[in-house]
Amino acid sequence: MNSQIKTRLARIWRAIALPLVLLAAWEAATRLNPVDPHLLPPLEDVVARGWTESRNGDFLTALLASLGRDLAGFAIGALIGTASGLALGFLRPAQAILGPTLRAHRQIALFAWVPLIAVWFGAGEPGKIAFIALAAFQPSLINTWRGVQEIPDRFRELAAVLTFSRLDFLRLVGIPAILPAIFTGLKAALIYAWQATIGAELFMTIAPGIGGVMMQGRQLFQMDLVLLTILLLGLVGAGFNTLAGLSETLLLRRRTS
Amino acid sequence: MARAPHFSSLSLQTLTLQGPAALTADQHAALLLGGFHPVPAGDALVVEPWVVDQGKQEREERDVTRVDDVEAGSLDRVNLIISDWVGEHAGRLLLGLSFPLVLFIIWQASSLYGWLPDQILPAPSLVWQTLQDRISDGSLWDDTSISLLRVLRGFTIGAAAGLLLGGLMAASRRFHDYLNPLFLAVSQVPTLGWVPLLILVIGIDEGLKNILVALSVFIPVTLGTYQGIRDVPHAYREVGQVLTFGRAQMLRTIILPAAVPAIFTGLREGLSNGWQTLVAVELLASTEGLGFQMAYGRQLFQLELVIAAMLVIGLIGFIFDFLLGRIETHLQRWKVAA
Repeated sequence: MNSQIKTRLARIWRAIALPLVLLAAWEAATRLNPVDPHLLPPLEDVVARGWTESRNGDFLTALLASLGRDLAGFAIGALIGTASGLALGFLRPAQAILGPTLRAHRQIALFAWVPLIAVWFGAGEPGKIAFIALAAFQPSLINTWRGVQEIPDRFRELAAVLTFSRLDFLRLVGIPAILPAIFTGLKAALIYAWQATIGAELFMTIAPGIGGVMMQGRQLFQMDLVLLTILLLGLVGAGFNTLAGLSETLLLRRRTS
Repeated sequence: MARAPHFSSLSLQTLTLQGPAALTADQHAALLLGGFHPVPAGDALVVEPWVVDQGKQEREERDVTRVDDVEAGSLDRVNLIISDWVGEHAGRLLLGLSFPLVLFIIWQASSLYGWLPDQILPAPSLVWQTLQDRISDGSLWDDTSISLLRVLRGFTIGAAAGLLLGGLMAASRRFHDYLNPLFLAVSQVPTLGWVPLLILVIGIDEGLKNILVALSVFIPVTLGTYQGIRDVPHAYREVGQVLTFGRAQMLRTIILPAAVPAIFTGLREGLSNGWQTLVAVELLASTEGLGFQMAYGRQLFQLELVIAAMLVIGLIGFIFDFLLGRIETHLQRWKVAA
């Protein structure tokens, strides 16, 4: 027991050692050797700024605006992507006709769509959401599609032996077998959508949101604001990852039990 | 050895045998009953079909059929087989091309009848013209080579750093415990989130592109390398220990080959990430390169420039993916198909 606590403590120490060193170096750099405070604001200033911005609700507003945009795009893109993945996987004609095009479409770098989308949907809210949806579409499509293709043949044969109808096959065999793949896709889609949200906020018109705050910080040369927004981005990313992991284990628990 | 056919392979059997080498009703019945099948003279179906796996079996059947038919001199059937093959592949190609073709026709029709103004959707001929112009005056090649050089530079830095960090984290538990939390924290931030910070600190020159591309390559490569090496089956390592391999030999002959798939997944994702990031950064802060061309075209409302650049970007993405895929299969040639 005692040794367990010891190893636990050692692990925690190892996890925070490097960040602590970096913070100390930051503090030392701002105190001893006067680096341009514009480039490296003192630690306490950043903390103070963070406190005021959170108290007056600016961060919360920006965060909610970004999250709303992100989730709207994610919902649209992931829904279409997963549905198309299922269609492509289960319907041979769809796969034969659409498969090569969708595979080729994947090769075009996501951000290369920004100018086109900005012209077609406008650089305002619809354009941003369309771009985020496109980002979420690709991974959910590809993973679902692959999941269907990788249903083991013996499952299909078993279903054939038991003379399942198409619907029963989907319900009892197909969907459970591809659930993990769908989740992998949704998880990737969540992360892509978040990347795209930041991209859209930086590339298209300035709108309320974390990207907007970032651009403001950059234009006004307020390093503390920029640093805080990066922290915020990281926290949201970590939050998404935790959430995705949790819901995945919850929903897939049935499989292992 | 006549293994009793189990149900699944039998049903496959009855399906596949209805092809060119279809059996008579008697033979069919015999097959269904006991796995016994009298082999008529000249028929080369001598393998116990349900003992071989499906793919192999189909292959063998096809080969056998072809040889058999040529010997029998039945030209009709040869023709049939060839046309079958052509039909199958050409059919797939045609179906695959049909959708882009339909899109293209709609696009063409739209420009022909003026459904959408040129500033929203330029005519295909205009895009083609732009591509040709930009190829012949060399500007397309200039932009492409600048972008390619940038992405290769960033990729080299990021991949080298990622391989190193991933390898070290896999090699030393202590190292991993110290560095992993910080690495995870950094990887949570979308790459583009660093752009405003980096612009303030180092400006918008080449350094910005190098760092951002390298960072977006670095994260998946580190993860892939770490997981790949960590997950090398213990049995493999034991083989090395039994053979008293030294560290270098162990790394070269056992660990690296076994970790290749995961490392390559990382490298592939890294290259694709790096390419994405580069295009984004060029859109945002650059005065040359393919991404800049797109931003320029957008500002002038010359979407033909944008679409032409998109085509080149897609082509390069395709080539990257293809090349790394080829290298990966080459490095995995030791793997025997299960």
